[in-house]
Amino acid sequence: MMKTYLSPKFLVERDPERCIQCQVCVNQCSFDAHYYDAEDDEVRSREENCVGCQRCAVFCPTQALTIRENPSDYRQNYNWRPEVIEDIIKQAETGGVLLTGMGSDKGYRIYWDHLVLNASQVTNPSIDPLREPMELTTYLGRKPDRVEIEPNSPSLKTELAPQVKIEVPVMFAAMSYGAVSLNVHQSLARAATEMGTLWNTGEGGLHPKLYEYGSNTIVQVASGRFGVHPDYLDVAQVIEIKIGQGAKPGIGGHLPGEKVSAEVSVTRMIPQGTDALSPAPQHDIYSIEDLAQLVYALKEATNYTKPVSVKIAAVHNSAAIASGMVRAGADIIVLDGLRGATGAAPKVIRDNVGIPIEMALASVDSRLRQEGIRNQASIVVSGGIRNSGDVAKAIALGADAVYIGTAALVALGCTLCQQCHTGKCAWGICTTDLALTKRVNPDIGARRLANLLRGWSLELKDMLGGMGVNALESLRGNRLHLRGVGLTDTELEILGVRMAGG
Amino acid sequence: MAKKIHNQVVRIDASGVFHRDLNTRLRELVTNGTRKIELLNLYGQRYIGTDLAKPVEIEIFGTPGNDLGAFMDGPKIIIRGNAQDGCGNTMNEGEIVVHGHAGDILGFSARGGKIFVREDVGYRAGIHMKEYGDKKPVVVIGGTAQDFLGEYMAGGILILLGLELSDGVRHRANFIGTGMHGGVIYLRGAVEDYQLGKEVGVAQLEEKDYKILQKFVGEFASHFGYDAGEILRHKFIKLFPLWLRPYGRLYSY
Repeated sequence: MMKTYLSPKFLVERDPERCIQCQVCVNQCSFDAHYYDAEDDEVRSREENCVGCQRCAVFCPTQALTIRENPSDYRQNYNWRPEVIEDIIKQAETGGVLLTGMGSDKGYRIYWDHLVLNASQVTNPSIDPLREPMELTTYLGRKPDRVEIEPNSPSLKTELAPQVKIEVPVMFAAMSYGAVSLNVHQSLARAATEMGTLWNTGEGGLHPKLYEYGSNTIVQVASGRFGVHPDYLDVAQVIEIKIGQGAKPGIGGHLPGEKVSAEVSVTRMIPQGTDALSPAPQHDIYSIEDLAQLVYALKEATNYTKPVSVKIAAVHNSAAIASGMVRAGADIIVLDGLRGATGAAPKVIRDNVGIPIEMALASVDSRLRQEGIRNQASIVVSGGIRNSGDVAKAIALGADAVYIGTAALVALGCTLCQQCHTGKCAWGICTTDLALTKRVNPDIGARRLANLLRGWSLELKDMLGGMGVNALESLRGNRLHLRGVGLTDTELEILGVRMAGG
Repeated sequence: MAKKIHNQVVRIDASGVFHRDLNTRLRELVTNGTRKIELLNLYGQRYIGTDLAKPVEIEIFGTPGNDLGAFMDGPKIIIRGNAQDGCGNTMNEGEIVVHGHAGDILGFSARGGKIFVREDVGYRAGIHMKEYGDKKPVVVIGGTAQDFLGEYMAGGILILLGLELSDGVRHRANFIGTGMHGGVIYLRGAVEDYQLGKEVGVAQLEEKDYKILQKFVGEFASHFGYDAGEILRHKFIKLFPLWLRPYGRLYSY
């Protein structure tokens, strides 16, 4: 075997004064970075295996462990940075595509951090959400061009397309069972149900245990069509066609056979141990017309009782594509940006393909308005929504709601060590290894997720009150509530916001 | 008994009827217990057979549109004419018998059920068919197929008979079984090695293969009035996936 030229990424510092040789770290680390030397009765480290996930440090009962980045570095070089060198070393030693997990960690500009929200001062009163009702309720689905009311009665004459009500404009993004564990799915489903929002199965099917959460479930139909059958379509509140994903626009996915456990095989409806290959395109969709065909096939399959959503990765021509999607009958369009995460993607794709979600959202919303079809579909965005500030800014830029994936996983313990693709997640999130998956307790997981949504809801209401509006609807697409900081004229133009001070 | 079934036949003249209205009518009929429906003058209406989760037989006179039997779960559909693209798309259970040609992506991602096509089929027939538990889709094609037959195939049985090929004329398809990682393709008629995908191997038939062929070619023959024995007398080859994980070695980490 070739000696690797990679040096350890992290240093494991074990304070001998504090360490009691209890081996909790040995048991917690799924990457074998700690081991017990019985001869010397001492716990030792294999630092080359450490991924920096902090699991051991958090669970060490005596706080004896500090995990920090290895300060030893190559000679400074702006062009040939350590990551660039290490990637070349990895490929020279293996000859393959570099896989990675989570969203891009590259320094593309985060526009949320260059947008600021407004607040009322003197000329209009702000509202105190502690004492006045604030409305976050959102209805997803196609809205009519005009409504007619029955004469002398409060009921609608216009027949509405199916609408789905969510109490908070934050939903859990598609993460498939197989990529994440059943306990994660259960945590998401229960938190979504408790908080009156939706979670998304991803493309790996829905476990029979989770059918009871169907009315808070979005089911995905992706290129692999895994687990797609009539019951699955019937139980859902929304059906989502997955065309693309922000972390890997334009490519498919391979769930390796070793992750297709007996349980995963039940929901994907494929034999245990076989690879689950999702082709890059859906082979019945080569055009907008074909997309319309699948949208209506799904509507027919469920007798027009639920909205059909279409998810794409944010790419250069998103605005024109989105227009086509709406015309193809999508009731909800989902845009997943450059920073969207994944359970596994080629690193070169994750870090180089797609556009920031803020730009995609602004251009899609503007385009649909220009064409007079913005009412025909709800817009949901995802890919790097980190806090309620990002949510508020996304709503102001034109989104109806957002999806959170990474933030939800962080609530469950994820520390973004980017090892999702290895299936060894020490936090028990992105793995199907039963010894690891039990680390996420669905009772606690659901509580943590619901807590997060509750916190964000309170903050959203605070921000709305500050702006002097009492409903999210008043902020939606209202870019006058935004100003740009440190942006160029072109950026401001695409975002459709004015410079701060102007 | 036969008479009773006969009495329940409902005939619908589909000319000029929008697909949504037609399918709503089918849904009502099936819900009300109709077990045999004849559709006359069908002219391109899509999604026939979708969302009818009861054992109903639908006989079609005319040309149904795309996605016939998409997500279908149980019905039997007989088409006295040609089927278009996406016939049997993601089908879970049921049977489709096409007395003519079928378009592209026949049986795409089907997990169960049977499809019989008397004549030729378009591109990517049988793409990403799967199988699971007791479900195993079967597609039998009487004629030849265009490129990427059985692409990405993950399960099920695909039989290509080439009945109309004259001696020495090869099947049309190239890239047969590209990316195949499950299931089996039985092929009658000439193909050159270069027409096969990199991921498939060629094998001689064994006893169990002949049993499978006898069963499904037998059904094919009885649907379309062929002599199964005559078809089976010719040489078949069996295509199987060389690797269950064709793309397992692409990645470093």
